[in-house]
Amino acid sequence: MDTAKQAIKIRGLNKWYDDFHALKDIDLAVAHGERVVICGPSGSGKSTLIRCVNSLETHNTGTIIVDGIEMKDEVSINEILSEVGMVFQQFNLFPHLTILQNLTLGPIKARGMTKAAAEERAMKYLERVRIPDQAHKRPAELSGGQQQRVAIARSLCMEPKIMLFDEPTSALDPEMISEVLDVIIDLAESGMTMICVTHEMGFARKAADRMVFMDQGEIIETGTPEEFFSAPKTKRCQTFLNQILQH
Amino acid sequence: MRWTTCLAVAAAILLTGCSGAGNWGWYVIDPSTPAGYTNIQFLLSGFGATILVSVIAAILSMTLGLIVALPGMSQNRWLRLPSRIYVEFVRAIPLLPMLFWVFYGLPVVLKSIGINVSIDAFWGAVITLAISDSAFTAEIYRSGIQSIAKGQREAARTIGLSYGQTMRYVILPQAIKRILPPLANQFIYIVKMSAFASVIGMQELTRRANELVVTEYRPLEIYTLLIFEYLVLVLVISFFVRWLERKMGADESR
Repeated sequence: MDTAKQAIKIRGLNKWYDDFHALKDIDLAVAHGERVVICGPSGSGKSTLIRCVNSLETHNTGTIIVDGIEMKDEVSINEILSEVGMVFQQFNLFPHLTILQNLTLGPIKARGMTKAAAEERAMKYLERVRIPDQAHKRPAELSGGQQQRVAIARSLCMEPKIMLFDEPTSALDPEMISEVLDVIIDLAESGMTMICVTHEMGFARKAADRMVFMDQGEIIETGTPEEFFSAPKTKRCQTFLNQILQH
Repeated sequence: MRWTTCLAVAAAILLTGCSGAGNWGWYVIDPSTPAGYTNIQFLLSGFGATILVSVIAAILSMTLGLIVALPGMSQNRWLRLPSRIYVEFVRAIPLLPMLFWVFYGLPVVLKSIGINVSIDAFWGAVITLAISDSAFTAEIYRSGIQSIAKGQREAARTIGLSYGQTMRYVILPQAIKRILPPLANQFIYIVKMSAFASVIGMQELTRRANELVVTEYRPLEIYTLLIFEYLVLVLVISFFVRWLERKMGADESR
């Protein structure tokens, strides 16, 4: 595949936390419009990997190229950040601002949009995540599922080309998981490039083009969801799937 | 509640003094006699200087503290180091020696680098109090800002905010609720420590009390009044701090 056509290209990525080798020689390429789900046991480096993609974590060796931009200095990092949206496990909404202000802060301050234009865009995305009526409340007044949908809308307001999801449903009560996953599936169907770290295997089956299984800082196995769930190639992956699909 | 307690204590002391049983001589500050009235006027007029020196020192200390605290939270250890050194160094110097150094020594240092200024007692006290307190305000800022979850900073970064924008629109508006009450408390410390300015001759509350003691030789009565002067000042501030804490607490749950 031609590099320019790839949304994300990671080569030989290594990361250490002191003596702990968190990521070991990671190679991963994601095409434009591709939906990748990363799974694996906790501590396997899944989150660290996607956090490296938008430089929330620094890496020690290897290259990361996002939409043709190689991550090297502050300038390139800022360019990459403007193309990549991120949704966190803990939502990380700004508690002192209203929902609408949460959504317009980035467009107004970082992109220099007018308040009116930013609010119009914010309402568009709030409708897309199906909570336009909550615009003037504060995050604490919303349920977890609603908060996470606001967080997704906040990222979309920056109109990124790539979305990263770091266990977006792990902090939610069970009954709220599907409302968030529905929004993400919606987004996937619209052709957004995305990498999602999740344990929701039903969602992965439905939304993913490709599964990536990680363990102990390495990519052990990748494949289409059909291959991956029906005929995992490695022992470690089989064990993991048995454990997670047991119930 | 606290006001009534303190009034009761004051009344008790005055009554014992006036009962004639002890060796109290309240005449020295009895406003019904001309001499006593002049004396008490002399003592109370120190309030202005004490308040002025404290307010200016507090404002400078809060500014200086923020300037010291911000690089102190950097990822870069070379930015962090000077801030750490400043805090450790300043915090280790007792106020009185620092006051002497600023008042007597700093003009000499400045002169040697070509700046010819004299530092009077007022500015000597302001500079010393501001520097000495800034180490503590810096720590208040640091703990307040660091108490805001890391996720807030990360979220701000992913929506493209710069460091300055993140501080201004995301971190400080949240941290301020945790910073302001201890900062206001720190103001109480400044007011009390401003008494040291008396030793370099600044005409504030303590200096005036000292001067009157020398001429009237009634230390017990005059210093008792002095204590009550500070008590009133500090109680007013602490009343304000409580109000601030309540207001900030109410904001949090909104």
